[in-house]
Amino acid sequence: MSEDTRNEVPVRLVRRPLVTESAVGTPPPAPAASGETVNITIDGRSVEAKAGQWIIDAADEAGVYIPRFCYHPRMKPVGMCRMCLVEVEGPRGPTLMPACYNPVADGMTIHTKSDKAVKAQEGVLEFLLVNHPLDCPVCDKGGECPLQDQTLAYGPGESRFVEEKRHWEKPIPISDLVYLDRERCIQCGRCVRFADEVAGDPFIDFAERGDRTEVAIFAGQPYGSNFSGNVVQICPVGALTAKPYRFKARPWDLQQVESTCTTCAVGCRSAVQASSNEVTRLIGVDSDPVNWGWLCDKGRFAFPAAAGSTRLSVPLVREGNELVEATWGAALARAAEGLARARRSGGIGVIGGARLPNEDAYVWSKTARMVFGTDSVDAQLGDGVPAETILGLPRATIDEAARAALVITVAPDIKEELPVLYLRLRHAVREQGTQLVELTPAPTGLTPYAAETAFYRPGELAALAAAVASSEPVTGDVAGVAGATIEAVRAHVARAAEVGSPSGPPVVVVLGRPSLAESEAQVAAAAHVLAGLPGVKFLSALRRGNIHGALDFGLSPGVLPGRVGLDAGREWFEYQWGAPLPAERGFDTAAMLNESSRGRMGALVLVGADPLTDFPDSNLALRGLLGARFVVAVDTHLNASVRHADVVLPASAWAERRGTFTNVEGRITWLSQLVVEHSVSWPDWMIASELAERMGVNLAFTCLEDIWAEIERVSPLHHGVHYELLSGIRARDGVVVPADAATIAQTVTSRPLDPMADPGIASAELHRIAPSALLVTSVEMTPEPDSIDPSDHVAYPEPPPSGASGEGVPAVPRPLGAPPVPAPSGAAPLAQGLRLVTRRTMWDGGTQVQAAAQLAGLAPDPAVRVNPAVLAEMGTAEGEMVVLRSSRGKLTVPAAADASLPAGTAVLTWNLPGGSAGDLVDSAAVATTVTIEAHGGGS
Amino acid sequence: MPVTDAPKIVTRRLRQDRSWTLESYLADGGYQGLRKALTMTPQEIHDSVNTANILGRGGAGFEAGRKWGMLRQESPVYLTINGDESEPATFKDHALIEGDPHQLIEGALICAYVIGAAQIFLYVRGEFPLALERLQAALNDAYGYGAVGHRIFGSDFSVDIVVHPGAGAYICGEETALLESLEGKRGYPRIKPPFFPAVMGLYGAPTIVNNVETVSNLPWVLLNGGDSFAALGDGRSKGTKLLALAGHVKRPGNYELEWAKVTFRDLIFDPRLGGGIRDDNNLKAIIPGGVSSPWIGPEHLDVSLSNEAIAGIGSMAGSGSVIPMDHTTCTVRAAWRIVRFFHRESCGQCTPCREGGGWLEKVLERIEAGRGREADLDLLMDICDNISPGVAWPPAQTTICVLGPSMPPSVAAGLRMFKDEYLAHVREGRCPFPPDRLPRRLARV
Repeated sequence: MSEDTRNEVPVRLVRRPLVTESAVGTPPPAPAASGETVNITIDGRSVEAKAGQWIIDAADEAGVYIPRFCYHPRMKPVGMCRMCLVEVEGPRGPTLMPACYNPVADGMTIHTKSDKAVKAQEGVLEFLLVNHPLDCPVCDKGGECPLQDQTLAYGPGESRFVEEKRHWEKPIPISDLVYLDRERCIQCGRCVRFADEVAGDPFIDFAERGDRTEVAIFAGQPYGSNFSGNVVQICPVGALTAKPYRFKARPWDLQQVESTCTTCAVGCRSAVQASSNEVTRLIGVDSDPVNWGWLCDKGRFAFPAAAGSTRLSVPLVREGNELVEATWGAALARAAEGLARARRSGGIGVIGGARLPNEDAYVWSKTARMVFGTDSVDAQLGDGVPAETILGLPRATIDEAARAALVITVAPDIKEELPVLYLRLRHAVREQGTQLVELTPAPTGLTPYAAETAFYRPGELAALAAAVASSEPVTGDVAGVAGATIEAVRAHVARAAEVGSPSGPPVVVVLGRPSLAESEAQVAAAAHVLAGLPGVKFLSALRRGNIHGALDFGLSPGVLPGRVGLDAGREWFEYQWGAPLPAERGFDTAAMLNESSRGRMGALVLVGADPLTDFPDSNLALRGLLGARFVVAVDTHLNASVRHADVVLPASAWAERRGTFTNVEGRITWLSQLVVEHSVSWPDWMIASELAERMGVNLAFTCLEDIWAEIERVSPLHHGVHYELLSGIRARDGVVVPADAATIAQTVTSRPLDPMADPGIASAELHRIAPSALLVTSVEMTPEPDSIDPSDHVAYPEPPPSGASGEGVPAVPRPLGAPPVPAPSGAAPLAQGLRLVTRRTMWDGGTQVQAAAQLAGLAPDPAVRVNPAVLAEMGTAEGEMVVLRSSRGKLTVPAAADASLPAGTAVLTWNLPGGSAGDLVDSAAVATTVTIEAHGGGS
Repeated sequence: MPVTDAPKIVTRRLRQDRSWTLESYLADGGYQGLRKALTMTPQEIHDSVNTANILGRGGAGFEAGRKWGMLRQESPVYLTINGDESEPATFKDHALIEGDPHQLIEGALICAYVIGAAQIFLYVRGEFPLALERLQAALNDAYGYGAVGHRIFGSDFSVDIVVHPGAGAYICGEETALLESLEGKRGYPRIKPPFFPAVMGLYGAPTIVNNVETVSNLPWVLLNGGDSFAALGDGRSKGTKLLALAGHVKRPGNYELEWAKVTFRDLIFDPRLGGGIRDDNNLKAIIPGGVSSPWIGPEHLDVSLSNEAIAGIGSMAGSGSVIPMDHTTCTVRAAWRIVRFFHRESCGQCTPCREGGGWLEKVLERIEAGRGREADLDLLMDICDNISPGVAWPPAQTTICVLGPSMPPSVAAGLRMFKDEYLAHVREGRCPFPPDRLPRRLARV
């Protein structure tokens, strides 16, 4: 019966639109890629191409460069600039056609350098220069400009234009971060298309006609997008410039390394550029499995935070109420002494570690267990998902999620917290036929693209997930979600299982914390039931930097490096490390703060952690820090929590040191050093080594290579992932662990750096201007200044194969399996009031944003969003101040009406300057409830 | 047969009292074509239209019946009527919409019946306020009369019609730009392929886009048969053609004449038609098919006004706008005025049209103002060549649509036919024509 019922529920498929809503023209339908090979002739040479491929792509692959401006490999062709005109032989003789939107056909003969083609290309270039001001000497693009480069290669020798050029006020700001110079614009539409087609923020468009055509914002509405920096990146002239880079450097003075952005956990590949030992710019690098060349604005523009006013430069030690500067020796001695005392009495807790590169996470994990004698280590600050849940469930890659038949999100607002993952998921839904279902307490940036969104009552996620995964008939609402919606979600699940996906898993659950005011146990329980869906895989939506590296290397209670449980790995690690491991599973951050608040912790070590700001219960975090007998902080910035430390040890920041990074997929990529360490700061692993040394243990690490060699030896997850492979020139896309030998052998970068797609990326070819040289045919990656020679390093024994251990050598431990069945969550009745939802936004009160001068002002003002009915009942108008009260505290903020919210829910953004939901959240509750009243009225 | 004796197919009612009203239309046999259509199968009508060989009246001259036959068999299909007539000196559709809106509605309904469309969009130029007002009123009346809407005249055929005013862009008369505009987007012509909206049109669905005059012929064809229509005209140019005569004639206006049976001389000089050149001046040149067509000289006066004949002399009949220019015309200024129009209406998508058009306009303006150089003549030709390689007719193009290639003909024709005049501008340092029509004054027009 239930089967029949399910079959009757219509599946509302979000169809791939027949035409896009692209602001710039309607792209042609993409030709069907049959996978067949066709033979074509380009410039007299016979080459093979893929059926359905655009001519320009086929030519690129054949090593024939066709000049282009509007074409971008990650966007649909629009054929606007007409620069890529080539001559194609057809039934009616050779015809000029644009190479960017005409597909190859078997037997096609293409001339890119015939007289007619060259005349057309020269003509277009001359036209483009007609109104382009030749202010190259003062243009930021000068020296890395596709217009300059292609004029040299394809333009006419002289200009015949003697008329007055077009004039406009310049530059004009189109957002807080982006300036527009309309005189330089060549109307290629890359920016307009990106904003609409890629980001879904169509807030810039063309206005006017003829040669008065201009890129414009809508009246009084700035180009507010989380991705605005990408339009600067792909602009082929100097029309769009980003405030943080304007007039900072000349391109030829820039040094560049390729690295991975660590602002969030997506792990976007980027080219990092510096001038005079100062990072000046990031450009997204096209990593096919990850970011496709895009970056979010936070990742792109937050780098100045490393030189911000709150940056820690020297060690500090507490003297009375003050933190005073000290030498490393004195500070380390003080820290070691305090930690040694704490180890003997009360024990040590280590909070944080998501900022650390993998190697540092490993060293801190080992130091905590071996030297501090504690398993109370937690890189998550109560704002994530239990490590066993993330590590133990079958993992999906971003590509697998994008190719799945169905993606279910149990996650925060991905557009705000993992922005480039949002771009990939949005693309999957719009272009790849992936269906999206959201289980969320409040709308997110993905809601417009979801086939179904189940807005559940906060605190009841597990019940909703159970209802979705069950086949029992639905009777009435579950968790505030209408039965019909649950039936519709089930129909999607059933369809995904039935239809499957030709190239991906049927279902991928994107799993994170939908709201910081709802307990992580709810997420764990939901994951547990969703894990029962057939063929399901999980993609983590934990957001903080290298959190996945931290978890993989054991910065979580009960978890050892390599996703190995404490007990399962005890024998192995005790053998490898030569020291006993803590007997008991340690505390997580909440428990550490709780113990500490009762005076029961000997010491807290904050490793890049700011629990006062980030732990979703500010009240408990403060009590915990105040109750700690000794606090050591290892950090880059003087944040709120660091101010409570007894010893502050300054750490080196991103781009000041090398290392590796692990993203949401478990993909390990290389982090490059570009500038020298700030002041006397040290890399985190060195700080841990020195502390260990002073506490009597010599870890014997002298460099990152030593650390990685040990990781490869002791971590079953990383076996075979050689350092040379990660740092080598083919390692742009990294390696997803665990990886078998075959996968590792296939680690190659498919897409070369393309300075025409992303001008400013330095490739060796950029300055060799000859038509054939503009195409980058080889992979370019700046060699590491100290790239390693494997022969320099100590050879460690290969780990013995599992089950065949030699004498006295324990067996290699198995990784964590399916997470334990979660205990039924406390059914304690929740207090009356509105259920609070709180999550992060891109621009917030966080250190990265606030320490970067040009970003600090971008954070919105705090406001509580409720259903208009709630305000009507109170007689409060939108914008008026209201008082929110919870069991933990109160907060006075303006009220905003949001009709998309359920009536029983209040949404308050996490950690905004001027008011954070952290003051209200009760970490012990399944969900935090708040009361709301008009300010100045009532009790 | 005197040139004016052929039957009036589309303009017959225009001079009747309140010709735009339903009463007037019904009194003259209105909607009988539709009623008859509903008794026939779509295929029968389609056959009849094929017999009639109605060439599209919007400018390209593609057979309407053949276009309908290309419709991709998929549901839904849309019918869009292109009433965005915006080219200078082209005003035939304007008269038809304003004077006989019911005929347009009836023709559109017949077409929709044939192609199986349940939705018709009448896209009408926004600067036709009276036409829009009358068309909307007529549509309301037609709904009330039962000719539009659910189960038309009690049949199983249902169709809705929407009147959509354009927003002031000439380019939206290009059929794919028109579709973009209808979809609520900026009016950019779509890149081709797909070449035909019949394959991928409005909202990605198969769509027929027909001109106002084209479908206005349908009621007559239904009542009189395709044979009767095909009996008029000659060659491929069948039926009658509504010619918009503008320029320097004594009697400018719309003239519906049997197609291919009239020469330029008839049209311009027949006292019942153009009545001769104004002030009995000398004829200097003729723009034969709208301002995008290459000019022809007086030596072609005896060429028939058919698609084929005009194509035979290297120009085109276009939408039927004929503009004779007399000997007082400065051809530099004329070319500048035409280029200026096209450039300002360029959607801005393609570089050659957007930038090349602006450049042509500036060079012509400079020559007209007496600041030209002899080298500018070659420059003009080369700019034209970079917009439309070869500057031949029919034009090759480097652009998505033919708006860009619409600029070179008037420049190239001027340089070919009146090079001395260009040189006189350059050498005398001023326009040699009467100073009372300096560009500054024209610019304010």
